[in-house]
Amino acid sequence: MTEADTLLYLDGVTVSFDGFRALNGLSLVLEEGEMRAVIGPNGAGKTTMMDVITGKTRPDTGSVIYQAGTDLTKLDEPAIAALGIGRKFQKPTVFEPQTVWDNLLLALAGDRRPKFSLWARESAAERARIEQILETVRLPEQRHRRAGDLSHGQKQWLEIGMLLAQEPRLLLVDEPVAGMTDAETEQTAELLREINLTRAVVVVEHDMAFVRALGVKVTVLHEGSVLSEGSIDHVSEDPRVIEVYLGR
Amino acid sequence: MISHRVTLLTLALVFGGAVLLAVLNQFTPPGSALHVPPYVIALVGKYLCFAMLALAVDLVWGFGGILPLGHAAFFALGGYAMGMYLMRQIGTRGVYGNAMLPDFMVFLGWKALPWYWSGFEWFAFAALMVVLVPAVLALVFGWLAFRSRVTGVYLSIITQALTYALLLAFFRNDMGFGGNNGLTDFKDIVGFPVQADPTRASLLVLSALFLCGQFLLARFVVMSRFGKVLIAVRDTESRTRFLGYRPESYKLVVWVLSAIMAGIGGALYVPQVGIINPSEFSPANSIEAVIWVAVGGRGTLSGAILGAVLVNFGKTWFTSALPELWLFALGALFIGVTLLLPEGVMGLFRARAAKPGTAPEAEAAPAKGMVT
Repeated sequence: MTEADTLLYLDGVTVSFDGFRALNGLSLVLEEGEMRAVIGPNGAGKTTMMDVITGKTRPDTGSVIYQAGTDLTKLDEPAIAALGIGRKFQKPTVFEPQTVWDNLLLALAGDRRPKFSLWARESAAERARIEQILETVRLPEQRHRRAGDLSHGQKQWLEIGMLLAQEPRLLLVDEPVAGMTDAETEQTAELLREINLTRAVVVVEHDMAFVRALGVKVTVLHEGSVLSEGSIDHVSEDPRVIEVYLGR
Repeated sequence: MISHRVTLLTLALVFGGAVLLAVLNQFTPPGSALHVPPYVIALVGKYLCFAMLALAVDLVWGFGGILPLGHAAFFALGGYAMGMYLMRQIGTRGVYGNAMLPDFMVFLGWKALPWYWSGFEWFAFAALMVVLVPAVLALVFGWLAFRSRVTGVYLSIITQALTYALLLAFFRNDMGFGGNNGLTDFKDIVGFPVQADPTRASLLVLSALFLCGQFLLARFVVMSRFGKVLIAVRDTESRTRFLGYRPESYKLVVWVLSAIMAGIGGALYVPQVGIINPSEFSPANSIEAVIWVAVGGRGTLSGAILGAVLVNFGKTWFTSALPELWLFALGALFIGVTLLLPEGVMGLFRARAAKPGTAPEAEAAPAKGMVT
């Protein structure tokens, strides 16, 4: 692996909350265009890791290097989002009173300043892009509905659609299939693989069957650092992993 | 989400109503059954100015999720700027006949006009200050508060503290704004006698024009893409950050705009009531403005205007018929609206207009908003 292939490099990241080390010298390398599954028991630091990458939480020590040049720990959330890092929350977070269409419109890559949005008109290119995303996330029939009226699974997809609209290089997806039916879970795995054709994806997930279905490299976190890394078969045979996580 | 029909109806009622009253006041003889007495003109003019304050509150509260408990401060500052102009127009007609100094300064033994009173002899300068003073205060306050991510109840409390601080400051004679008596005894506005009926009728129509203009401006803002971002910030601020928006700049823009709208309302209010004093800064005034919006329907714009007029009409009636009961009535109204009509009077219309089987067009005023 050369440096040019590295998209994200977490180097010795430590985060403490009131003496509790949520992340403890976490180091992780993600390649350009890679899909990575991150698993680990509750409190292993999965969500904190996402918070650090997206600028919500500032680490005590360590650095997060993006595209071999930018240290994300120096930037805030909007700046990091502008660099092409999108995030999907554990609980689906969409703009409930607004339509599916408007949710996607707001997420579309473009000028984010008030002086632009005050005068902005929907362009033909924007409309085409929204149509395309609606197809991808399987919501073309729902475009005029309030996002708050969608089913749980549809909200999850809408949020993934909003991430796509941002045109990110890297997608961070926190527990995308929590609360989904089996059919929805399957469709979500398919959707993520489709997205991964053009972008890097990090999926945090509890559902082992889902992780197995994704068939990608797995990183196991435990007490804020990496316990094991490799294929799903490799990590599920790792005795340390069995002890702290799978054995329970 | 704000239908054309409601918009046109609002404009027609506000402007048409004001013109009708002004015409009936000016062109019917005082004995006629159709004659509108001058006090009604002054009263309705006052309601329309309050409606501008309500519109300003609705813009930041209904669409930006910022509950302002000190918005009357901007209204009062606009009013003081206009009051200073009106004071300078008195000239030698004051009790002391001093061409330069207003009566209260002569009374305090001041020899010269303080520097910050200079320029107010010109209407254009005063008009500029009506806009600029509230805008600059809102800009500084908002920049500090939003950048530090102060939100919710904490922000509301600071806005309340701001207006209270201004109340105390303007009470002081040393400030040079007439202390607790404020500014009054006005004579002329741009050459017309301020007390005369034609002037009052014109001010009423002018207030209606400004209110309609502000309403259209606010409507443009909330229906633009900016407005969609603003509503997104109101509902899920952190999500907008991860999408790359800076909520603080959106809040700041709408906050400053709202302050200017309130300031203009205050500037039109002062010549119509004939006085501006520090009590306009009192926290209770700002809270009343929030009640107007809640009664009319938060996040509907038209509802803010309706609420301001309805509640103030009620206040006028109550304070003459049952003065000691007014505050109880107001409190009961607020509790009643919160419990029974979370979307205000406009919510009633909307529920009736919605076709059976379909959800209301937009739940722009979620019930949780009443406390955030």
